[in-house]
Amino acid sequence: MEYVIEMNNITKIFGNFKALDDVTFKVKKGEVHALLGENGAGKSTLMSVLFGLYQAEKGNIIINGKPVKINNPNDANNLNIGMVHQHFKLVHNFTVLESIILGRETVNMGILKKDDARKKVMDLSERYKLKINPDAYISDITVGMQQRVEILKMLYSDSDILIFDEPTAVLTPQEIEELMKIMKELVKEGKSIVFISHKLNEIKEVADRCTILRKGKYIGTVNVDTTTKEQMSEMMVGRKINFNIEKKDIKAGEAILQVKNLVIKTKNSKKNVVNDVSFEVRKGEILCIAGIDGNGQSELIYGITGLIPINEGQILFNGKDITKESIRKKSIDGLAHIPEDRHKHGLILDFDLKENSVLQTYFEPKFQNKGFIKFNAVREYAKKLIKQYDIRSPKNEDSVVRNMSGGNQQKLIVARELDRNPDIVLAVQPTRGLDIGATEYIHKQLVVQRDQGKAVLLVSLELDEVMDVSDRILVIYEGEIVGDLNPKEITVKELGLYMAGSKRSDEYEKN
Amino acid sequence: MRRTKLLQVEGFTSFLSSLMAIAAGLLVGLIILLISNSKDAIPAFVTILKGGFEDGAKGIGQVIYFAIPIIMTGLSVGFAFKTGLFNIGASGQFTCGAFVAIYIGIKWTFVPPEIHWLVALIGAMIAGAVWGSGPGLLKAFFNVNEVITSIMMNYIGMYLVNMTIVKTVYDSLKNQTKPVLKSAILPKAGLDKLFNTSNVNIGIIIVILAVAIIYIILQKTTFGYELKACGINKEASRYAGINEKKSIILSMVIAGALSGLGGGLLYLSGSGKYLHVLDVLAPEGFSGISVALLGMSHPIGIFLSGLFIAHLEVGGFNIQLYNFVPEIIDMIVAVIIYCGAFALLFKQIMIGIIRKPVVEIAADSLNTVQTNPQITASTEYPAADEVIIDTEENETEQREEL
Repeated sequence: MEYVIEMNNITKIFGNFKALDDVTFKVKKGEVHALLGENGAGKSTLMSVLFGLYQAEKGNIIINGKPVKINNPNDANNLNIGMVHQHFKLVHNFTVLESIILGRETVNMGILKKDDARKKVMDLSERYKLKINPDAYISDITVGMQQRVEILKMLYSDSDILIFDEPTAVLTPQEIEELMKIMKELVKEGKSIVFISHKLNEIKEVADRCTILRKGKYIGTVNVDTTTKEQMSEMMVGRKINFNIEKKDIKAGEAILQVKNLVIKTKNSKKNVVNDVSFEVRKGEILCIAGIDGNGQSELIYGITGLIPINEGQILFNGKDITKESIRKKSIDGLAHIPEDRHKHGLILDFDLKENSVLQTYFEPKFQNKGFIKFNAVREYAKKLIKQYDIRSPKNEDSVVRNMSGGNQQKLIVARELDRNPDIVLAVQPTRGLDIGATEYIHKQLVVQRDQGKAVLLVSLELDEVMDVSDRILVIYEGEIVGDLNPKEITVKELGLYMAGSKRSDEYEKN
Repeated sequence: MRRTKLLQVEGFTSFLSSLMAIAAGLLVGLIILLISNSKDAIPAFVTILKGGFEDGAKGIGQVIYFAIPIIMTGLSVGFAFKTGLFNIGASGQFTCGAFVAIYIGIKWTFVPPEIHWLVALIGAMIAGAVWGSGPGLLKAFFNVNEVITSIMMNYIGMYLVNMTIVKTVYDSLKNQTKPVLKSAILPKAGLDKLFNTSNVNIGIIIVILAVAIIYIILQKTTFGYELKACGINKEASRYAGINEKKSIILSMVIAGALSGLGGGLLYLSGSGKYLHVLDVLAPEGFSGISVALLGMSHPIGIFLSGLFIAHLEVGGFNIQLYNFVPEIIDMIVAVIIYCGAFALLFKQIMIGIIRKPVVEIAADSLNTVQTNPQITASTEYPAADEVIIDTEENETEQREEL
C-alpha cells in the first residue's frame, strides 16, 4: 500500500522545548487516519509542519512518494493539501462565497467571475449536503456555519489530502453524523483524510488507523477496528481515564435564577431568536440547555448576562429583578459566565495571564487601592489559580494568553469564574475543543459547584456531555423550549428527536 | 526580579530596532543632501547630527523648546493609541488649547497674577479636552470612526479659532494674536539661566509630569487597565462589565487635554510665538503622530523620541547656513517613521543576532521577547500547538497597526 504522506523522524524545537520529538507519521492513500493526543501533545504542530507553517529541525516529508520541502502554506496547497483549522481563518467582512473562493478566484481580465464560482460552490454544497447561504457575511453566521465554509473552501480547491483539525468540536450530533458521512464519501473518491481529534467515539466510527502522540512523542499507530477506546485513551493520556462522572444524589433546592417569558429579537432575522422562554434553575442542580447550534441558546445566555439587549420578559436572580441591571452588577451579585467564544469574550488575548485572572475583579479592594492596582496581590492570585486549577503556560502568570493553548485558556476562564464563588455559573460549551483530561476536569468542577449547593446552567451541543453531566435537560428548538427532560429517563435517540424539532413535550405543545 | 530583567531586555530590543529605523532615516537624509548639493552635504549632515549640541547649553534649550509641544501631542496620540483609538485630531485640540490659553492670558485680568499662567494652562487643557470629547462621544454612542471625525474637528477647530481671534484678541497689523500679559507667561524658574535662552521655562517640568502621570495611569491604575482592555478587546471588556463607552470618551478627553496643554505650553512660553490667522492646520498635531509612532506609544519612549525629533529640527535650522532647506528634516523624520513600520522586522533581526543558536517561537518573539529560556525549560511547556494558528494573524494585525 502506498503512502500519500510520510513524515519521518520529525523534530521541532521551540526554544528549549521539544514540541515534536522524533515523530513518524504515515498516511495511506484513501484512508481516514486519526491523529490522537491531548492538547499540547503536538498534533497541531505536526500538521503545521506538514502545512508549511513551521519548518522542522529534523526529519523529512515525502508526499506521494516524492521528497518535498514545504516552506509555506502555498507549497502545501500546490501539493493539494488542504486544512480546516481549529480556529477558522476567515475574513469576517467577506461573504461566504467570497471566503470560499479567496485565493482561487476565477478571473476574466482581472474581473472576478463570481457566477462560475457560485455554481461550483453551490454544486459542492449540494453534493456534500453542506448547506450554506453564499451571500451571508462571515461575521453574521454561527461557528458551525463558519466551519462548513472552511470545509467547502478546502473542497473548492480540489485538495487530495484533507486535514481536519478537530472539526467536530463545534458541531451538533446531527452535523457530526453528516460530517462522518462526508468523510467516508471523500475517502471513497480517493481522497485521504487526516482527522485530528481527541474524541474516541468519532475516531472509532470513522477512522481506519490512528496515530497517537503524547507530549510531543510518538506513542504508536493502531488499527482502530482492533483497538478499544480504553486502550487508545490510555495510550493518549498515559493513565486510565474515568469516563463516568461521579455525582452524589442531592435534591435541588429553591429556584435561584428565574427567566420569565424572555423574547429576544436580532437585527438579522424577523423571527424572535428567543421566543417566550421561561424556566428556572434551582440550587444544587445542573440544568442543561441542549439544542442544535443556532437555535437561540447563545442569544438566550447573552440576554441573561446582558451582552445583548432583551426585548421582553423578566429575569429574577435570587428573587431580585435583574432584567435591567448592568453586566458588572450581575457579576458582583454572583452570576458567573463561561462564554461560548473564549477569544471574543472570555479573554483579552494580549494581556498576560495575571491580568486576565482579575478581569471582573480588578476593582475589588483585594486588588486595588485608591485606583492603583496591587500588582503583587494580582500576581499571588494568579499563582494561586495556576496551582489550584493546574493551568499550564510557557511563563506562568506572565504568559501572554495568546501564547497559551486553547485548553489552558479555557481552564483559566473556568478558574477565574468559579473562584469568584458565584451562586450560578452559566457555562456555554465549556469543554469545546478540549481534550479528555481537561474535559474531565471541567466537568468535575461543575459538579463540585452543584454539590456545594450552587446552580449551573450548562449550554452544550454534545450529547455525551448533556446526558452525563446534567440533572435536568431543557431542549431548545428555534428559540423555544420544547422539552423538560430527565436524563435518567430518556435515551440519546429520543433527545435527538427533541433537538431536531420533531418532538415536543405535552406542556410545551404549540397552541 | 526576573520580570524586571525581562522587561529591560524587551525594551532594549525595541530601542535597538528604533535605532535602526533612525539610522535608515538619516541615511536617506544624507542621500538627499548629496543630491541637492554634494559639496556641502557632509558638513550639513554633521550639523544635523549635532543638532542641539551645536550651541552648547543654548542649543539644548532650543531642543527642549521644540520638543515640548510635540511631546505633548505625541503623548496625546500615543495614549489614545494604547486604548485602541487613533487620535488624528491632535492638531485641532492643540490649536483650541493654544487659543484659549492666549485668550485667558490676555483677557482674564481679574485672575491673580501669581496663578494667571496656571489658569491659562488649565483653560488650554479643558479646551483640548472638549475638542477631543466630540469624536469620543460620536464613537461611543454612534460608532462613528474617530479618525474621520477628528480630522473634521481639526478643520472646525482651526477655522473657529481663526474666526474668534479676529473677533477678540486680534492684532490686525501682523495678522496674529496680541501678546499675552506678562503674568500669563510661564515662569522661568531659573531654567532660562541654566540653558542661556529665554525660551526654556517650567514647561519642560510640566511635560515630564504629564509623561509620568500618563505612564502611571496606563501601567498602574485600574482606570488604565480598563482603558487598555477596551482598546484591545471591546467585547471582552463588555463581558467583564467594563463600561466601554465611558472608556472611549474618557480616553479621547484625556488625549485632547494633553494636546490642548501642549498648545498652551508653546504659546505661553514667551518666546515671541503668536497664533497666526492662517488656513493651515497646526503641524505639531501631526508631528505628534510621528513622535508617538517612533516612541512606540510608550510614554517614556514618546518623551525620548520627542526630544530626538526636536534635536533634528534644530539641526534642520542650522543647515540653512549651507543653503539647505529645513524641510529635509521632515523628510528624514518621515523615512524614520516609515522604517519604524518595519520595527518588528528589525526586532526579529535583533533577536536573531542576540540569541544565536536557539530557534524561537514566532509568536513569542513578536509579543514578548523571551530571553530567559530556563523559565520554559523548568516548567513543562504544554502546548505550542495552538500558538501556531494565531501567530500569523497576530503578525499581520501588528503590521496593520503600525
